[in-house]
Amino acid sequence: MAGFSMIAGPAIALAQDNIDTDQLIPARFMSVPRKDGYGPYLLHDLRFDSAGAPRAQMPLNRHADVQILVTRRNFGTGSSREAAVYALVDFGIKAVIAPSFGDIFASNAVNNGLLPARLAEQQIEDLIDRLGEGVADMRVDLDRCEIRFGNEVLGFDLDPIWRLKLLNGWDDIDMTASHGPAIAAFRTARMQKAPYAMLAGAE
Amino acid sequence: MNARPRTLFDKVWDAHVVLRREDGTSLLWVDRHLVHEGSHHAFAKLAERGLPVAEPSLTIGVVDHYAPTRDRDRIGDPDIARMIRTLEDNTTGHGIRCFGMRDPRQGIVHVMGPEQGLTLPGLLINCGDSHTSTHGAFGALAFGIGATEVAHVLATQTIWQKRPKTMRITVTGQLGPSVTAKDLALFWIAQLGADGARGHAIEYAGPVVEDLSMEGRMTLCNLSIEGGARCGMVAPDEVTFAYVEGRPFAPKGADWDRAIADWRALASDAGAVFDREVTLDGAEIAPTVTWGTSPEEALPITANLPDPARLEGARADQTRAAMDYMGLVPGQQIQGTPVDQVFIGSCTNGRIEDLRLAAAVLAGRKAKVPGLVSPGSALVKAQAEREGLDRIFIDAGLEWVDAGCSMCVGMNGDLVAAGKRCASSTNRNFKGRQGRGARTHLMSPAMVAAAAVTGMLTDVRPLLDGRV
Repeated sequence: MAGFSMIAGPAIALAQDNIDTDQLIPARFMSVPRKDGYGPYLLHDLRFDSAGAPRAQMPLNRHADVQILVTRRNFGTGSSREAAVYALVDFGIKAVIAPSFGDIFASNAVNNGLLPARLAEQQIEDLIDRLGEGVADMRVDLDRCEIRFGNEVLGFDLDPIWRLKLLNGWDDIDMTASHGPAIAAFRTARMQKAPYAMLAGAE
Repeated sequence: MNARPRTLFDKVWDAHVVLRREDGTSLLWVDRHLVHEGSHHAFAKLAERGLPVAEPSLTIGVVDHYAPTRDRDRIGDPDIARMIRTLEDNTTGHGIRCFGMRDPRQGIVHVMGPEQGLTLPGLLINCGDSHTSTHGAFGALAFGIGATEVAHVLATQTIWQKRPKTMRITVTGQLGPSVTAKDLALFWIAQLGADGARGHAIEYAGPVVEDLSMEGRMTLCNLSIEGGARCGMVAPDEVTFAYVEGRPFAPKGADWDRAIADWRALASDAGAVFDREVTLDGAEIAPTVTWGTSPEEALPITANLPDPARLEGARADQTRAAMDYMGLVPGQQIQGTPVDQVFIGSCTNGRIEDLRLAAAVLAGRKAKVPGLVSPGSALVKAQAEREGLDRIFIDAGLEWVDAGCSMCVGMNGDLVAAGKRCASSTNRNFKGRQGRGARTHLMSPAMVAAAAVTGMLTDVRPLLDGRV
């Protein structure tokens, strides 16, 4: 996964709180292999009516090439399904800006190069007011943790470790590879200290 | 050596730290890794890199999310059949023990794990499912992870984590008649919000928690994620040990004695400091139902629905949208809302105690609406049938089916139709969770049974009076 330091592109607002991962990707689409792409299923039941026709008032249907979502608190709450992140990423979303995120969602996002940037609730409400149902260009500077919108510069919150991971495109399995000896030593110690933690296979 | 008083969470966390990076992230050892059909993305990532599973013997598979609850010999939907086959192929290929469709121990991963003694106090348990918090009921550190993390655990038996903050929820007094762990969980989530415990590891404590059975503690810890917590834990005690002893994968003989001694030392030390403390009075909690599309939108069954006209800003928008989706009238009584169907089951409330309580309400009565009862595991099903509970459900007019995640998540085809209202013992009332356009009200299994008997959302207390 490639790192990045700047996102510059169209932003829209989704003025809802608690957008859960069941809404981001309804369960019925989750048996699709990743290579087939999850973009078409992003927020499927919000974007399409029960006959499958796109809802005209839905901002994601009105504007092409959206890269940045501004939304309310507790985005990505609920199920740990990483497919919710796949749907966002495959659709072309590169950053979600909200007052707060579900913990598991935020980890999944960073593991897939999607930025979960936090702003204060009032800053989010201001952005939502200004974006309305329209679209506007926004710049997100990951290096400086700043959002530039019009003449305004807003500093956003992001865990410093996650910032580094996103900047460098680090992958956890690669990072762990160098710790093989420490893991092996820990395993041996764990077996001695807590033999019951190992599974003998009690058939 | 370490004089600082430590919490239960601190002790279990500290025992699993392989190393700590300068940036504060720790690499933790994983004692048990549970996988299910949804883990296919992670196995695919492993295959892409050509990596083996590091510890096949500490990895356990089970079919639950897509498990059909009827006609298992003829799975009609090729996608469902493929999902189940993929798990069985992946586990077989990597030498992982798997409780497949025909295994008498098959069941929902968070019911099966404790039932088999795979879940033990003091362990670190991961699963690619947010309700992994359930296993914290045993004093384990158990949390859900995403597919990339599942692949990492498969490849290394470790996981990188930032240490969460700690939070203790102490529940004083005692619960009223017919008030359950489910009501307690919905109560605190309504008080603190669906993100009220975000970034925190919760320890549940106090006399009400000590009085809960293991089933009740599992329900409580299961719903920790619905309040945004990383995990929920209860200190292991005699109730825990009595549940675990003799389970197939539990330690035996000298190992058991040693384990018990270790586990007794896990409780939070006197004077241990939590980042946050919340105290609730158990006597204030009534049978609780959700009315909206987030678990935080819950009220006592005796209350009236909120009125968005009296709220402001985002809160008013959220309430209006939820009312609209749920087809409810602002300000009206919740009690008396007609339901179309009921569901009893799930990792939250699909255990034997849940079925006993629902059956106590239904015994000798008829359901006015159709409904499904899906036990949490094949073993729970067998136990219920030995106790004759299946007859009570069937005689009441409900359908008694096989074990799995079933109508909680609808992946196996057990769905609620658009616009239909379901009283459900599950964990999520999200829009579309039980099927596109489905309207879900969360409540205890006893309250679901009461809704079945009356055909509407109902206070179970008079119906259970004198029966338990």
